[in-house]
Amino acid sequence: MKLAATFRIALRALRRNKMRSVLTMLGIIIGVGAVIAMVGIGNGARAQVETQIASLGKNMILIFSGSTTSSGVRTGWGSAGTLKIEDAEAIAREIPTVASVSPEIRSTAQVAAGNQNWLTQLLGEGPDYFEMRQWEIAAGATFTEQEVRAASKVAVIGRTTATQLFGSADPVGQVIRVKNVPFLITGLLKPKGMSLMGSDQDDVVIVPYTTAMKRLTGDVKLRSINVQAVSAKSLPQTQQQITALLRQRHRIASGMDDDFTVRGQQEIAEMATATSKILTYLLGAIAFVSLLVGGIGIMNIMLVSVTERTREIGIRMAVGAHGRDILLQFLVEAVTLGCLGGVLGIGLGYAASEIISRLTDWPTTIPLFMVFLSFTFSAVIGIAFGLYPAWKAAALNPIDALRYE
Amino acid sequence: MAAVIRFESLSKTYRSGDVEVHAVRDVSFEVQAGEFVAIMGASGSGKSTMMNILGCLDQPTSGRYLLDGIDVSQLGRDALADIRNQKLGFVFQGFNLLSRTSALENVELPLMYARSPQSAKELHGRALTALETVGLGGRAGHHPNQLSGGQQQRVAIARALVNEPALLLADEPTGNLDSRTSIEIMETFQTLNERGMTIVMVTHEHDIALFTKRNVVMRDGVIVSDIRVPQRSVARDELRRLDAATKTAQLAP
Ligand SMILES: Nc1ncnc2c1ncn2[C@@H]1O[C@H](COP(=O)(O)OP(=O)(O)O)[C@@H](O)[C@H]1O
Ligand SMILES: [Mg+2]
Repeated sequence: MKLAATFRIALRALRRNKMRSVLTMLGIIIGVGAVIAMVGIGNGARAQVETQIASLGKNMILIFSGSTTSSGVRTGWGSAGTLKIEDAEAIAREIPTVASVSPEIRSTAQVAAGNQNWLTQLLGEGPDYFEMRQWEIAAGATFTEQEVRAASKVAVIGRTTATQLFGSADPVGQVIRVKNVPFLITGLLKPKGMSLMGSDQDDVVIVPYTTAMKRLTGDVKLRSINVQAVSAKSLPQTQQQITALLRQRHRIASGMDDDFTVRGQQEIAEMATATSKILTYLLGAIAFVSLLVGGIGIMNIMLVSVTERTREIGIRMAVGAHGRDILLQFLVEAVTLGCLGGVLGIGLGYAASEIISRLTDWPTTIPLFMVFLSFTFSAVIGIAFGLYPAWKAAALNPIDALRYE
Repeated sequence: MAAVIRFESLSKTYRSGDVEVHAVRDVSFEVQAGEFVAIMGASGSGKSTMMNILGCLDQPTSGRYLLDGIDVSQLGRDALADIRNQKLGFVFQGFNLLSRTSALENVELPLMYARSPQSAKELHGRALTALETVGLGGRAGHHPNQLSGGQQQRVAIARALVNEPALLLADEPTGNLDSRTSIEIMETFQTLNERGMTIVMVTHEHDIALFTKRNVVMRDGVIVSDIRVPQRSVARDELRRLDAATKTAQLAP
């Protein structure tokens, strides 16, 4: 029999039991949907993380005060305040693979300009900070080495803060007050977007760390130190040397935990993507189980269908159908179930990843080959699980099939 | 001329558990081209078993069955399917039509399984011609549940005829039909037989058997009598007589 006719018969049989067909396809629909959503979310998360890693800067190492390993419990990074300016200076001086260093102070602060108020992130940084993080200036200039040494009251502000305080007006040359201390704005930063932790990096006021210590926090402790290594290759070695140097400087006996944490850029990115990885694995597990259940569902329904239609099989055989014709008829039916489920699943997956993309701001993308792969896989499931029922139908004796009540 | 059908010491034994049922025992008989044979006998005498073997739906336990000189007992499943498709037309007591499928598509079924592919248009044309032969040209789009028993059996006959087989087999084709409809079916059979088709049918009704040319009577799996019908009934005349009787009944006060 012609394949087109076989397809017509299969489609008609499926349409006759619409509800049953849809329920049978549900496993495949959910499975393929989960696969597509998983790939979409995974890709989106990866793309997001890549831009975020890039936004950290190049070959960056972050040193936080406070340990992550003491008694296995992570105390908050930067909470213990064990890092000092001298540590930063020693790192810059003594480790040859270090390109630049910027000590960091971080707090939240209420800033005011005219009658506008805004609660924002206050960073105290060194003069190299902007270059290290490849954070470009949109207008004006960053503060200089001299201004840092002199603890000048100058500030560079992010786009969000600028908009909140000045609207669309040019903030460069304006004065903002932080804790009643006036700062001259020397520069406006280009937008950098979301950080790996999900906060707005452009909601920021950056001042020299010296000024921050003297005028604002009154503290001599650093939250963290940003270090840039000379090359990606030297990163691990630099990290080790920093650890050794700081342990020595902090007089930490061997066997005792560090009172600081050194993290490479890659490690930080990996920690940040851990959640999206868990989500990906979870969806992967759902997909696998659903596809398996979907396949078994197809097999079950096809077996029921073969039993129900034993007389029909008998009639077809009586008028000349070969076993092969019957096999093909039921196989096409199973494959149609699989493929249709696959198509609906792909639609569901697209919808799900679109929704998640809207909720998380991840740019989810689904590669076309993944769509083809899911479709092909659905068809293969149809074949794999339809084969036994179809073979059972084909192996019937015409007279036994005709006698079947 | 070789016989269309030739049974040589043919037997069929059903085995269910320890019990053996000898449904057909050592039967030998022949049917020549152009014959119209009725196989008769009480229920359980082995008529259906014989028809199923004749129709290549079932295989004998022993003996040989030559169809057009070919030993069918030696053939495989696919070869038998092709014989059913090309050489035989089979009509069942219970019609055995596909439900929820139009009359036309039911008749097209053997064409779809024919080994020589045809266009959909050819298929429709041939199926429609077969339906017209049995007087159902106007009901091509009807589904079996929209047709009377007699009409359903005509669709089944059209399906049996559509591949223009040399041999038509029918197992109690009138068993589920009233007497007038039965005679109409016999009229169709007689017409086909006059055109040269060999027909073997099973019936347990004597008056139906009288429309055929030869009556074979079975009992307990063996043929106990095989006679030429001395005085054949002509279905066309019987129908005319019935019509006249109905009219008289209507005219009576
Ligand atoms: N599939 C079967 N399994 C076992 N016994 C059967 C089967 N088919 C028929 N028989 C037995 O074979 C005998 C002949 O049956 P059948 O050919 O159907 O008779 P008929 O058609 O003349 O009524 C009966 O005794 C019946 O019970
Ligand atoms: Mg019978």
